[in-house]
Amino acid sequence: MHTSQPPSPALAAPERRRWLAAAALLATGLPGGATRATAQRPLTRPIPASGEALPVVGLGSWITFNVGNDPVALDARAEVVRAFFAEGGRLIDSSPMYGSAQPAIGHALAKLGHPAALFSAEKVWVGDGTRSGEQIEASRAFWGVPRFDLMQVHNLLAWQEHLPRLLEMKAAGRLRYVGITTSHGRRHADLEGIMRTQPIDFVQLTYNLRDREVEQRLLPLAQERRIAVIVNRPFRQGGLLDRLSGHLLPAWAREIDCDSWAQVALKFVVSHPAVTCAIPATSQVAHLRQNMGAARGRLPDATLRARMVRDVAAL
Amino acid sequence: MSEWWTYSPADLLMFAPRTYWRLFELQNQALWPLPVLTTLIFLAVGLGLLRHSNTALRAGTAALALCWALVAWSFLFQRYAAINPVATVSAGIFAVQALGLLALAGAGQLRTTAHPLRCEIGLGLLTWALLLYPLHALVAGRSLVQAEVFGFAPDPTAIGSLGLLLCADASGRFARGLLGALQWLAIAWCAVSAATLWTMGSQQGWVPLIAAVIALAVRWHWPHRVDQRPTGLASHR
Repeated sequence: MHTSQPPSPALAAPERRRWLAAAALLATGLPGGATRATAQRPLTRPIPASGEALPVVGLGSWITFNVGNDPVALDARAEVVRAFFAEGGRLIDSSPMYGSAQPAIGHALAKLGHPAALFSAEKVWVGDGTRSGEQIEASRAFWGVPRFDLMQVHNLLAWQEHLPRLLEMKAAGRLRYVGITTSHGRRHADLEGIMRTQPIDFVQLTYNLRDREVEQRLLPLAQERRIAVIVNRPFRQGGLLDRLSGHLLPAWAREIDCDSWAQVALKFVVSHPAVTCAIPATSQVAHLRQNMGAARGRLPDATLRARMVRDVAAL
Repeated sequence: MSEWWTYSPADLLMFAPRTYWRLFELQNQALWPLPVLTTLIFLAVGLGLLRHSNTALRAGTAALALCWALVAWSFLFQRYAAINPVATVSAGIFAVQALGLLALAGAGQLRTTAHPLRCEIGLGLLTWALLLYPLHALVAGRSLVQAEVFGFAPDPTAIGSLGLLLCADASGRFARGLLGALQWLAIAWCAVSAATLWTMGSQQGWVPLIAAVIALAVRWHWPHRVDQRPTGLASHR
């Protein structure tokens, strides 16, 4: 399992243009990464509850940031996070369920001096509703942040107990937003009930070119209820890209400024009007930059989105 | 975990294979050159077992206890648990195995088996764990620095233990029961490791499984008996 994104053989021209642009920037003495990020800010979507703008591509940390105490791997993840912020990223998502991902994120943030642009998205994942505060505090210590921007009930675990506590914390100013998550298409009926009845700001769910069930009810409901949507598994944990990697990019990929299947997959996700942000996970700076490229340029319209689904299904 | 039936083993794997194999590299870096010493010690134990030395068997069992304790602490608890919290439980089980081996070694009821073929197969497993298992890294396309070494990594330690314990018989109900329990724990670990490796997409999962099957087959075909005397072999010491 991995989130690798093999290069497409049809990419020579865009790659060459990128290298020439970088070389030109270096020749003028300007830092290429910063200038690129400044010149091409990522596309953003407003959080419905507040209007706050979030870049449409964030950073997940499932598996990729679970590297234990390996100092080499920790520093490598710090470079991924550095590149993420340099590309204009904001939202980083994690969970106590992700092993040592939280300390790895904390290591990265500390090394980078805690960038002000950070939008921290965490989760509470404990069956005992009375222990949410304890777990959140432990997570906060790992991240080294004064408070989290978003706290989500992970996979609906004990949500009846956790959600009221999180809403209390938000009212007290200890959180900014409250949400709830699911993945792999599980418990959508329960999630729909929560979205209809609870004053949540965010919902996180699985959506990609293959897993599109949420288009039927949950995404429209999120728009109706003005709930921000974070999308996990945009690549099916790498499985979607593995399947597509043997195929050349279709011609329509250039219509939406995509030079990789990863960008195609992400642009499909973030082009849905209900989606606020997708959170692909990666352990490599090159892939991070590729992912963030999906937050720039043109997005597919409804007609092209339908064609994307048909063409990918046919591969 | 609701809708547990919708979870595949891959959904529960929370670390990348690259991260897993890197653990052994860090382990080897931290403890080198101790693996050389351990290998030499157990090769000497193997030679003693070849000559049906009860002293070698008891000393080897005691040394094996130290190996399980070392794996429990330095690998499972300090390294693997950082990426897989369940490894904390594994560390506890390995610690229990270590105590069991120590008790078996000290009980004074251990002797080399009367079955020459069982002992030879056991020695084959031990030799595999000592000398060949580290080479699986190369076969799998990894560097030798990520080799899993007997006494320092769980899989070769379990396999080598199966080998050594196959060379043993025990008198007394407690010792026989303990011998059997220690073998079953090692077999269980081999099964768990095989499942983990397959979930990671590694064909190396076949290795601990084959070792477990061999041990089970040998146990079944030549059960541990205490009262048989060696035939045509070197005398016990």
